[in-house]
Amino acid sequence: MSAEAGVLAIFGELDATITAIERLRAEKIRGITVFAPVPRHELEHALHEPESPVRIFTLVGGLTGAATGFALATWTSVDWPLITGGKPIISLPPFVIIAFELTILFGALSTVAGLFINARLPRVRHEVVYDPSFSAGKFGVHVAAPAGRENDVKNILRESGAEEIRERPTEVRVGST
Amino acid sequence: MATVIRSETHPAIGSYEEVNHDILRLLSRPGRSYTILLAVTIALVITMFTAWGVQIVLGIGMSGLRNPIGWGVYITTFVFWVGIGHAGTLISAILYLFRARWRQSIYRAAEAMTVFAVMTAGLFPVIHVGRPWLAYYLIPYPNQRMIWPNFRSPLVWDVFAVGTYFTVSATFFFIGMIPDLAAARDSAVVPWRRRLYSILSLGWRGTNWEWKNFTRAYLYLAALATPLVLSVHSVVSWDFAMSLVPGWHSTVFAPYFVAGAIFSGLAMVLTLLIPIRKIYGLEAYFTPRHTEAMAKMMLLTAMIVSYAYACEAFVGWYTFEAAEQHGGYLLFGATGEYWWSTWLMVTCNFFVPQLLWFRSVRRSFAAMFVITLFVNIGMWFERYSIIVVSLSHEYSPWMWNQYRPSLTGMLIILGSFGWFLMWFLLFLRLLPAVSVAELKEVLPAPLRLYRRPRAVEETTRRPPVRGRGTEENR
Repeated sequence: MSAEAGVLAIFGELDATITAIERLRAEKIRGITVFAPVPRHELEHALHEPESPVRIFTLVGGLTGAATGFALATWTSVDWPLITGGKPIISLPPFVIIAFELTILFGALSTVAGLFINARLPRVRHEVVYDPSFSAGKFGVHVAAPAGRENDVKNILRESGAEEIRERPTEVRVGST
Repeated sequence: MATVIRSETHPAIGSYEEVNHDILRLLSRPGRSYTILLAVTIALVITMFTAWGVQIVLGIGMSGLRNPIGWGVYITTFVFWVGIGHAGTLISAILYLFRARWRQSIYRAAEAMTVFAVMTAGLFPVIHVGRPWLAYYLIPYPNQRMIWPNFRSPLVWDVFAVGTYFTVSATFFFIGMIPDLAAARDSAVVPWRRRLYSILSLGWRGTNWEWKNFTRAYLYLAALATPLVLSVHSVVSWDFAMSLVPGWHSTVFAPYFVAGAIFSGLAMVLTLLIPIRKIYGLEAYFTPRHTEAMAKMMLLTAMIVSYAYACEAFVGWYTFEAAEQHGGYLLFGATGEYWWSTWLMVTCNFFVPQLLWFRSVRRSFAAMFVITLFVNIGMWFERYSIIVVSLSHEYSPWMWNQYRPSLTGMLIILGSFGWFLMWFLLFLRLLPAVSVAELKEVLPAPLRLYRRPRAVEETTRRPPVRGRGTEENR
């Protein structure tokens, strides 16, 4: 992030953070990023976020797994048809077990893929807007590129109860040396 | 003075920062007793691999297995360890879906137990097959002769079930830990730890969009893990129930095994956590409320298991067939040459858990520790009774035989406990053993309402701020 890195406010309280978000939104200020040590529904509601697309990944992964399980068991059985125990070559009841396990396996792995893709993880850049207190107990509101409204933003953040306000909060290192 | 609002489930924890302090302090240089304990477990692991090596060189006869008893202590121990894993997933996934708010402080340790228990269990089929270098035959892979596993065989179902279980529970364990690894990164002082947590936390910052996707992904993983955990021990039980062995061929096996797995797993969670609570001073995090809740689940599952024992005994008697009556492990086990195993099982899994009807017992750490030790022993002997008694007395009386576990087998089993504990001890000192982020979900959020107003400090044109524990502490 360059010179227009924006303003970062650090809050000690949840309700103050929510007040700040609501007031910034009322002023039609965009580019709000909220940092929190814990997921809170109140923050989600205040931000009016769209639904996370991870659920599509889970569904598609699970369905792919089910299809793969049936296909694998059926194809390999037909490929070398050998009747055992007088059972049909394509015995659906045992194949359900394979399909079930692969539904779970593929569903879980694609959920993880969905998380990584949508949350932009793993993040390899170290120089980002952050403060280590966000993983302990502080909340943060970062407003990117206020475009000439820096003073409005700072006033809103201060009046809402920010403990600390930083301009150009760049180059806080996340992670290693 | 500010009003202090306390959590209903964890009243002794004051603030968000207190959680980080209490939990992350465990990620430090361990003391002498820890090192000694770790050395003991490593010695046990060496013993296990030595005994296994002897068995590989001299042959599977060293295990004491002979016709008709093809399954012995290895499969017993396999089922035991897979079962142990189930309580971890119960606490981390099922109780998450049920919104049991007391689970937050103990689920991480329980989940770690799951992962390590399944890692331990996974060794045993490989040890048991005798030629471990051919173990890859179990996995369906394209090969030149186009030979595939028989998907109508329960043993292949087992490979899929246990393989999926390990992958999904390890994934769930790691994904749930990412925010906590970020917290560990932000407070780490030692450079190698800082580097380790930086890599493992994947650059997590706790932004609203990260949390949004994370909480959804976590929910779906929990929803996938819940049917999975119930299926895994069902599939393991079908290894037995699908075969025509007296005492095994029974439809009660799947619920019987799942209940037994949760029963033994909860016992193992308590066996591990009660000493840890004492040693690491986690009294605020693991309270009598936890033992009480888990004891109630143990009592329920103990009753289900006992009902299954009664069913087995009744069916064995009711069929009026010699093999069922002899091979049915309960009827014959109680009076035959394996009487000690069967009576250990009934005593530990039926009589001892009756104490859990009493509230004072459920809320006593000392009593629960002793009871769970009994349950751990009883559940191992339950699997031993099921496997060995039935196989000793199958339908053809001229094939009846007896089984004695060999020294090699017993050393490998002993070593497996060392293997499990070694991973668990390493976990305690290397990864956050209590979920820092999830625990905060059940603590009251810090609110301005509770505080007196205070001055706002503004710092503009501040030089780039380095994270706590970076520059100055490096």
